[in-house]
Amino acid sequence: MTIALALALAAQTLRISVPYGLAALGGVFSERSGVVNIALEGILLNGAFFAVVGTWATGSPAVGVATAVAGGLATAALHALATVAWKGDQIISGLAINIMAYGFTRAGLRVLFESASNSERIPSPGSGPLAHLPGAGSPLGAVLTDPLFLAALALLALSVVFLTRTGLGLALRTAGEHPEAAHSAGFSVARLRWLGVLASGLCGGLGGAWLAFEQHSFTDQMSGGRGYIALAAMIVGKWHPLGAAAACLLFGAAETLQIRLQGAAIPTQLTQSLPFVLTIVVLVVWVGRSVAPAAVGKPYDPEGES
Amino acid sequence: MRRLGSFALRTMPLAAALAAALALAITIALALGIDPARLAALLGERFGPYAWGQVLYKASFLVFTGLAVALAFHAGLFNIGAEGQAVAGALLCAVCGIALAGAPAVIALPAALAAAFAGGAFWGWIPGWLKARWGTHEVINTIMLNFIALALANLLVTRFLGLPETVRTAEIGAGARLPRLDAFLPALRGSAANASLLLGILCAVAAHLFLRHTPQGLALRAVGSGRRQAAILGIDAGRRIVLAFVLAGGAAGLVGANFVLGYKHYYEDGFTGGIGFLGIAVALLARNEPLAVVPVALFFGLLSQAGLIVNTLLPREVVEILTGAILLAFVTSDRLRARWMRRRAAEAAALRAPEAAAGGQPA
Repeated sequence: MTIALALALAAQTLRISVPYGLAALGGVFSERSGVVNIALEGILLNGAFFAVVGTWATGSPAVGVATAVAGGLATAALHALATVAWKGDQIISGLAINIMAYGFTRAGLRVLFESASNSERIPSPGSGPLAHLPGAGSPLGAVLTDPLFLAALALLALSVVFLTRTGLGLALRTAGEHPEAAHSAGFSVARLRWLGVLASGLCGGLGGAWLAFEQHSFTDQMSGGRGYIALAAMIVGKWHPLGAAAACLLFGAAETLQIRLQGAAIPTQLTQSLPFVLTIVVLVVWVGRSVAPAAVGKPYDPEGES
Repeated sequence: MRRLGSFALRTMPLAAALAAALALAITIALALGIDPARLAALLGERFGPYAWGQVLYKASFLVFTGLAVALAFHAGLFNIGAEGQAVAGALLCAVCGIALAGAPAVIALPAALAAAFAGGAFWGWIPGWLKARWGTHEVINTIMLNFIALALANLLVTRFLGLPETVRTAEIGAGARLPRLDAFLPALRGSAANASLLLGILCAVAAHLFLRHTPQGLALRAVGSGRRQAAILGIDAGRRIVLAFVLAGGAAGLVGANFVLGYKHYYEDGFTGGIGFLGIAVALLARNEPLAVVPVALFFGLLSQAGLIVNTLLPREVVEILTGAILLAFVTSDRLRARWMRRRAAEAAALRAPEAAAGGQPA
């Protein structure tokens, strides 16, 4: 394998891993605060849709990123409203939101673009202020100097600091482990969980924007199960931002392999199944080594029975 | 008075869900500049006997997938994999129907039905075994298995089983076919409704009897209400988890009876189109009661057909948005209802307490 090929593979792996990583980071925030977030699939999808709509309507990819984040936040807010404020079942709420997101984006495609499958093409955000650095023209350099990629990296670093080094981060984790303790310490469990879920909307919205800009368009169901796979990556990463990011690189590498194998003797349907099979296998291997936050999935309801 | 109040409380989540869906539908129509009255008029005009037949056909799918979710839920399991189980069942059903092309109905029909059940049951067994043997969570596993089933079925149909240049198989033999309902009810002429609806109702009754009146069913529900308690009773939770998933998958697989045996007479790639996910909505609104699955499935069949009818004015995907809204409204108002009922019980207890303290009759 030549060095050039290795660098190209690394670049492709990084590109593919970004939406997984952002969604998994969102999952970490949400689940650490105590809320299971299957809605990440819908958050990614709505983020991608609003990235395209914002860019298409204004011609500015920067606006597209902002609308993607807004779309992700709005979707996450719906999940928080249903599960934190109204204490509904977290898995059902997530599934409901995903069904709505599928329907909403497809209806949006018909209404705005008069197509059932894809939007018009949109311009990409461009290469950003670091594009003049030496090596920025290579495939790997182009990823490493991409403004959205750098934003994702910054978000990852900030998340680590926030969750492990700040009082609010500790409080958020306590809301997921032992909500009564967070309550006794004077925090509002509901607010901490709103924070966790909204943070997942921010991350997932950005992940959706990345997907849309990679394809220069929105296509029906383009999230393609990434939100669910990201949750598996989060489990493998032991609910830690860096662990989740590392697991996402694994899934990114598997998908890169899948794309490279296309056209070879192996049928595409088998290579397409690779990330899904890998998810099941990896979960089996990791079971017992990875422990979920103790109170995740349980609505915090001091006067409630459960 | 009090009885009326508790009836209102019980049905409140359902009413809230329907009200939310109706309000959202009107809002979407107005936002797109469509007069809701025109939608209503269109629905009234087009809902003839044929449309009702289509409602029955769509509901038949949802009876099976709704049962698939409800059965697993009684063992405390979330079966999000009905979509993949339906694909596996329908494909195996078609393969069996084709293989027995020359066989008489007494052989071909039971064999094809058994194949549909077996295909779904096998695809359901996988997450059941993964949960029981390895302890990995069924939610992620079943979602992954949906994607895998769709990809594998596509591979099998395009490479091996399908007719050239199509994404469908050859036709099954005459013996394995289920009669259309319009053979008995001429008014439904042309609609796809077929005898699999009756099979679905039979399955619902069987599931009800199994869960309520057999030792295996009781053991399964005991596992659902708490694995630790079940262990104290000497119940092997792992076996019941696998059993629940096998039965659930089998129920989903019987979708093949409706599509392959009753309607198209062949397997076609991508026929499921979300019926597994809708099954979750059906089971939820039916509160996982097998007998309630049937009317709730009819309701969602109605909603889906209504979406098709108004498609000329409103994108039919609005139905998916409404389905999500119904789920959200139901699940949140159900929680509120539980709160109110607790509060009411606490008040009642507070009223009774002074009597007891004054040496009244023991409770």
